[in-house]
Amino acid sequence: MEAILTAVIPVVIIGVICAAVLVVAAKVMAVKEDERFPAVRECLPGANCGACGFAGCDGYAKALCENPDTPTNLCIPGADGVSRQLSEILGVEFADVVEQVAVVHCSGDCEHTGDKVVYQGIETCSAAKLMYGGKGSCTYGCLGFGDCAKVCPHDAICIADGVARVNTKDCVGCGLCAKACPNHLISLVADVERVVVACSNRDKGAVTRKVCSSGCIGCKKCEKVCPLGAIKVTDNLAVIDYEKCDNCPDFAVCAKNCTTGCILTADLSGVHKIKK
Amino acid sequence: MTKLIIILLSAVFINNYVLSRFLGICPFLGVSKKLDSATGMSLAVIFVMLMATAATYPIQIYLLDPNGLGYLQTIVFILVIAALVQLVEIVLKRFVPSLHKSLGVYLPLITTNCAVLGVTILNIDEGYTFLEAMVNSLGSGLGFFLAMVMFSGVRSVLEKADVPKSFKGLPITLVAAAIVSLSFLGFGGVIENLFA
Repeated sequence: MEAILTAVIPVVIIGVICAAVLVVAAKVMAVKEDERFPAVRECLPGANCGACGFAGCDGYAKALCENPDTPTNLCIPGADGVSRQLSEILGVEFADVVEQVAVVHCSGDCEHTGDKVVYQGIETCSAAKLMYGGKGSCTYGCLGFGDCAKVCPHDAICIADGVARVNTKDCVGCGLCAKACPNHLISLVADVERVVVACSNRDKGAVTRKVCSSGCIGCKKCEKVCPLGAIKVTDNLAVIDYEKCDNCPDFAVCAKNCTTGCILTADLSGVHKIKK
Repeated sequence: MTKLIIILLSAVFINNYVLSRFLGICPFLGVSKKLDSATGMSLAVIFVMLMATAATYPIQIYLLDPNGLGYLQTIVFILVIAALVQLVEIVLKRFVPSLHKSLGVYLPLITTNCAVLGVTILNIDEGYTFLEAMVNSLGSGLGFFLAMVMFSGVRSVLEKADVPKSFKGLPITLVAAAIVSLSFLGFGGVIENLFA
């Protein structure tokens, strides 16, 4: 009995001392957490996509609580619903979210372009890119192994006919695919836009034409027909300035006049959607 | 001085806690996937090893040994280390939030890590003085750091390797760990001859 006590008592004493120290420390050095934080965090979708520009949903929630100037409309996957909830909790004015969708700037499917080599390496875009810029004859184009599809949290991207395609209904505009694409083919546009240049080839027209029949050859026809001057050919590639592009009344006059058909409209790419 | 250097170097290379003594394997396999988390974890381990030694050494020498309670060593050490790490976490959260942010996740993970407990107990078993014990803890921590950083490098290469299907994931990681550990056998006997 005595032997047990001589063992138990010191351990209990040490344990109680440790516990007391911890309790006191926890009380004295408690860090105040904003009581709105859990509510704010609850509103956010929790995808941790980083589209808001903060380090995950926790980071955005923290910024919202600490800094009243943080806009509530930064969560693109959450869209208007989240923005409305956030502004209610924080007591600020509701701000509309500009929903975005991902668009793929390449239309080189099997029909329009071909392979230059038979690739048998690791089946990811980033690996294929290291091997002479991929298997396709166009080194700017979609590599077709679906690195973007793998990172998409909503399964909105699929590889069809060797080119990544975005299902705009499912796309929440988080931009993870844009970061994953080693050729930087994917960008986010506001989902009111209806015209997209589906090519990223910066080679001269003749070179582009040889590798892909739907590539932008930089003929500048779009530049001439655009009444607003919103489309410009830079580095042999047409680029749309969405600040100027007004979804022209004539409906995508550049797309209609494109010689190779690399400018897609909403009808073709589905770059238009109405969020709930 | 020479003895301290010998203790430090042998703790880092020859008696490396992970690769030669096979203590602390769980974080070694669990957190070594990415270099930053491996570094964070190792820094937390170094920190906790030093703190734990500083706390448990006096307890053993001044409390347990004089009262003939040496057999309580393991359980008391676990208790003290766990409480200590919790305390450190609270203090860090209050006063050094940035450090808490980088170490925070790993601190509770290593409260009862066997490498930490191993260091404190082996310090007593080897009959080190307090200074020697601290140097040994630092060396052990650095050894853990070295093993983690090296192995995270190995693993990042493994990610891209075309591994047979049956070896994918943990099996090939264990094979790689075995080979890395084997390479550390090469250090055996170096220290004795270095200062001979």
